[in-house]
Amino acid sequence: MSAEPRSLARRLFEPASIDSQAPVARVVTYALLFLWALVVVVPLYWVFITSFKGPGEVDNGPFYLPFVDFAPSLQAWDFMLVQNYTLRPYMNSVVVAVASTLLAVLIGSLAAYALVRIRFQVKLAAVAIFLILLTAIIVAVATFGVRWEIAIAMAAALFIIALFTLVGRTKLAVGNNDIEFWIISNRIMPPIVAVLPIYVMFQQMRLLDTQVALIATYTAINLPIVVWLTRDFFAGIPLDLEESAQIDGASKFRVFFTIALPLVRSGLVATFLLVLILAWNEYLLALFLSNADAQTMPVLVSAQNTTRGPQWWNMSVLITVMIAPVIVISSILQKHIARGLLVGAVKG
Amino acid sequence: MPEAADRRSWAEWLDGHSGRIMVLPAVIVLLCFAIFPLIISAYLALSRFALASGGFTLKFIGLLNFRKLLVGSQQYHLLGKFGTFGFVQSALLALIAAGLFFLLARYLQHGRPTIAGVVGRLLATAMAMGLAVLALATMAPGGVPGTVVNTLLYVFVGVSVQFALGLGLALLCGQPIRGRNFFRVLFFIPLMVTPVGIAYTFRMLADMQKGPFAPLVRAFGISEWSWATEAWSARLMVLVGDTWQWTPFMFIVLLAAIENQPRDQVEAARLDGANGFQIFRDITWPAIAPIAATVVLIRLIEAFKIIDLPNVLTGGGPGLATESMTLHSFISWRTQDLGGSAAIGYMLLFISTIVCVSFFNFVVRPARRFEA
Repeated sequence: MSAEPRSLARRLFEPASIDSQAPVARVVTYALLFLWALVVVVPLYWVFITSFKGPGEVDNGPFYLPFVDFAPSLQAWDFMLVQNYTLRPYMNSVVVAVASTLLAVLIGSLAAYALVRIRFQVKLAAVAIFLILLTAIIVAVATFGVRWEIAIAMAAALFIIALFTLVGRTKLAVGNNDIEFWIISNRIMPPIVAVLPIYVMFQQMRLLDTQVALIATYTAINLPIVVWLTRDFFAGIPLDLEESAQIDGASKFRVFFTIALPLVRSGLVATFLLVLILAWNEYLLALFLSNADAQTMPVLVSAQNTTRGPQWWNMSVLITVMIAPVIVISSILQKHIARGLLVGAVKG
Repeated sequence: MPEAADRRSWAEWLDGHSGRIMVLPAVIVLLCFAIFPLIISAYLALSRFALASGGFTLKFIGLLNFRKLLVGSQQYHLLGKFGTFGFVQSALLALIAAGLFFLLARYLQHGRPTIAGVVGRLLATAMAMGLAVLALATMAPGGVPGTVVNTLLYVFVGVSVQFALGLGLALLCGQPIRGRNFFRVLFFIPLMVTPVGIAYTFRMLADMQKGPFAPLVRAFGISEWSWATEAWSARLMVLVGDTWQWTPFMFIVLLAAIENQPRDQVEAARLDGANGFQIFRDITWPAIAPIAATVVLIRLIEAFKIIDLPNVLTGGGPGLATESMTLHSFISWRTQDLGGSAAIGYMLLFISTIVCVSFFNFVVRPARRFEA
């Protein structure tokens, strides 16, 4: 210890070493962190204890502590989980979220990898012809009552003819950046713009209120995020690793599955989790596309607001069983999530 | 052996076209679920939908749906009612106009203007000016904000508050303290709760008679008052729920960015006697600026789509005080006005696209260049 005694003020306001904080700063830091921890915990705690309440405990004023100021009961849990077939929406949610996330990650990472590693030159004219024909089909089917199978067949034939006769002569092309931007820009589109035609489409295909419809739609809406995040992981792989494998005669698919994918494992975990959470919590599309058979948990939660008023206890049970698995999984893997989001954010 | 040759040529073909084959699934999925519906919605927005016996009829009516929304019978719903423009509003508007004009003039003088750049800036300026006029006019005394202004409020106020809170928490958590991982895991949790659940939870919490804060509120003697019956308190409640859910997103990414900042620079600065604010301004902020800009962009994109919270929390009420544009569109759909619903969706698409793309071009890109 040094000979001269440090004054009280110095000891309180100055850190002992570079790696630590001054005592006052530390107290303030902890106070603020605990304050926000309280903000996070109180709503969750309230949901959790409400699930053990009955109508009486909810209606007769606030009760805070189970066993102390009210007697907890498992009535709501029994009603929701045993008598009320919650298992089915729960399984729907699990199947839809996991399947759509797997599909989105597979399709999205394939596309992201190709966009990072392979140069694309799509003729602008081909895109234009395609969009014009698509619009023409819709107008023909909607206003002139042409059967849609015929319209699509004719348009496809026209497209191929136009592709071979017109497109070769133009120079204007879209490159990788444009394709990436186009994919990402699909996330900017509010789903409410697209949901109505999707509804009609599934109605025509007799797929409304099935898991398939939800899986397909969720895959599509989460695809841009997967491409956005994973492209930076792939861009970070040193090129010579892949090139040496290609010289040894491995195909691009082989390189992708055996070299590129394992190298970005932790990034994929992060992307997977993020998309899983998004698909698990999705509400608007589930509201439109599912009714009874394919109903998912968020819709079931909102359905607890019955004509007899909101059934808080039942709702709390559902919210609790909905967030429990996600909290467990994410707590284990949260470091990956932070890194995944960070890499996605740096280069976007 | 023809079979082997066959297989090899097939494999070669596959390898030669591998790029296209890899991108094709994504393109097909997005075509089916984004582009194709988008075109159909555009057609729907330009026609009148009516139920007929055994199905429905669509009649092409041009821009009538949009006219109805902007200057016709639905103007009150979408744009709101304009109040009297006072001195404060005029001053604010003049300030905004001057700022926008300054940015535009600076670009034209010093920024090596290109045609695309000029058009983009003119578009962004016009959009900013229009939205500013709309927000100021409908929030002036006597005015009633419509769903456009409500959505803008959720987007801009919500995202700013969430960014400030998230950055503050990340800076606190970035200090060398114990229990960092505990706080990180805890603070992350709200992001995983379904928004519908959050909406109901906050309805329970905000209950003035039976919620957990009831005794506290009663102590102040305002037990008769309710959040949900007054426009601004109802909006505040939606913002509180949204902030509770999305602050963790900002927090987690910014914390990761802060932990990635150059450690040796911070230590050198500390040895030189720099205080916390100086370190933040000169080292931490430049290191995290590009990431900060990008998380704000991601949040902006998502915030424009808000529906769960206002729908469950207040049902859009009182009146239409908390109704977002997505909810507005959903309500029109429920009343069979499919053309109007699609038109509102398209208005939202225009606004959010221009705002998000402008933010990307004018904030995110410069921030990244500054980094590199």
